[in-house]
Amino acid sequence: MVTEVSLCGVSLKNPVIPASGTFGFGTEMAGVYDLNLLGGISMKGTTLQARYGNECPRIAECPSGLINSVGLQNLGIDVLVREKLPGLRKIYGGCIIANISGFSIDEYVKCCAAADAAPQTDIIEVNISCPNVHGGGLAFGTSEAAAAEVTAAVKAVCRKPVFVKLSPNVTDIAAIARACENAGADGLTLINTILGMRIDIRRRRPVVANKYGGFSGRAVLPIALRMVNQVAHACSIPVIGCGGVSSAEDVVEMMMAGATAVQVGAENLRNPYVCKEIVEKLPALMQELGIENINEIIRTI
Amino acid sequence: MTRGQYVIKENVLVADRTWKLTLAGDTSALRRGGQFVNIAIDGFFLRRPLAATMWDGEGFCVFYKTVGKGTQVLSTKQPGEILDALVGLGNGYDASACRESALVVCGSLGASPTFTLVRDLVASGKKVEVILGFTGAADVILEKEYEALGAKVTVMTEDGSRGRKGLVTDAMPEGGYDFFYTCGPLPMMKAVCQKAICDGEASLEERMGCGCGICYGCTCHTNKGPRRVCADGPVFKKEDIVW
Repeated sequence: MVTEVSLCGVSLKNPVIPASGTFGFGTEMAGVYDLNLLGGISMKGTTLQARYGNECPRIAECPSGLINSVGLQNLGIDVLVREKLPGLRKIYGGCIIANISGFSIDEYVKCCAAADAAPQTDIIEVNISCPNVHGGGLAFGTSEAAAAEVTAAVKAVCRKPVFVKLSPNVTDIAAIARACENAGADGLTLINTILGMRIDIRRRRPVVANKYGGFSGRAVLPIALRMVNQVAHACSIPVIGCGGVSSAEDVVEMMMAGATAVQVGAENLRNPYVCKEIVEKLPALMQELGIENINEIIRTI
Repeated sequence: MTRGQYVIKENVLVADRTWKLTLAGDTSALRRGGQFVNIAIDGFFLRRPLAATMWDGEGFCVFYKTVGKGTQVLSTKQPGEILDALVGLGNGYDASACRESALVVCGSLGASPTFTLVRDLVASGKKVEVILGFTGAADVILEKEYEALGAKVTVMTEDGSRGRKGLVTDAMPEGGYDFFYTCGPLPMMKAVCQKAICDGEASLEERMGCGCGICYGCTCHTNKGPRRVCADGPVFKKEDIVW
């Protein structure tokens, strides 16, 4: 039975990857379980300068999901390269994905170049879809021209595969995906969170301090599947499917929709062991479904 | 941190909207008073973080108030039912920071997280004075349990319906302790930290995502930079807290 998949030549022992922002920098999970059973780890989003992020409350519970407005809290690219990447590599031998965000093309370029130069980085994930910061992130992910510009600029300074992480908060995600592909992206990750809000009706104010936040969790799986399917048929570069995945069944569904690998996000917050459980369940599910090689189901719908 | 399936032994109303939930199962990850557990409730995406009040080899208990839908559902759970819990979260209080005499000041449900701390302080031969503050007599919890540990206990109520009338700070002694511990509403803890004559620790609270340090959903400002309440705390040193 084959669970191994390949992302632009980077081999993953299985398609399961904790999504950026839901698994810290990976090192926070050291000792909770053996991370080496994971296909890959997408590290917490990093910017050029250290960021505190948004004020609390940053979390609002929703039916089958949650809204977060963390706002890219991170220690900056220098600390990522100097401490976090080497720290994770010490305990993890699989595919390390450095997730980069920025507020200008120049910032994206500097951060991605630094992440690319770090020997521990296998793949660079360019986040142009964070809904929780003003003036950056999402601004690049909602315009074909801006998405293409970031992609081309980053590709010019990276030797390693560049995956662009797309926002669902757009009218036509396939058009944005094609723009990234045409600008040289090696792959795409989708979807980031969906912009949402909750209101505390007793206090008469938004639950999260930043008013709006990114909605994710089991509830978004159908939206993510549809978008992954649209993008997988609009582009020929590999897609990492993300959004609402909480089980081995969801992983198979996401791959059938078009994903080569699958990220698990919000479910880690509910069950920090979920990625391990999915990896352990996958072979039995494949057997039950008559799947000998997991690659045979990719984009079959 | 461990994750386990816990059998409900008891889930009873012990004060106004305040419940005591006793669960049987693995407690090996609980090391210090002030640590918490994160309990999954059917129908709710996020778990509910609750301080572990006391534990032994058989299980642990928590106190919770029914403040929202999740805790309402939790209060309907019956003995014999199973709850999924992450156990042994957070840093807990440092009992060794106290040399001889400790002052423990709690407000409302804040009486819960310090219970095992007081047990450990008393067990290591330290003198402990506990001040418990509540709105009124209907809210009082754990008074007799603290007394049974061998601590000197003072109960304060805002309306005077039990113990002395007044705030916990009114009952704080001028001296006689070398370290303090506090848990309760933020304004209360701030006042306690300001009035205290020495170093101490306070347990902060914030709306949490994961409860185990991976989502950065509960970050607070400290004098040492941003810290996660769930994993770097919830207990912080007085001098590090930004009120």
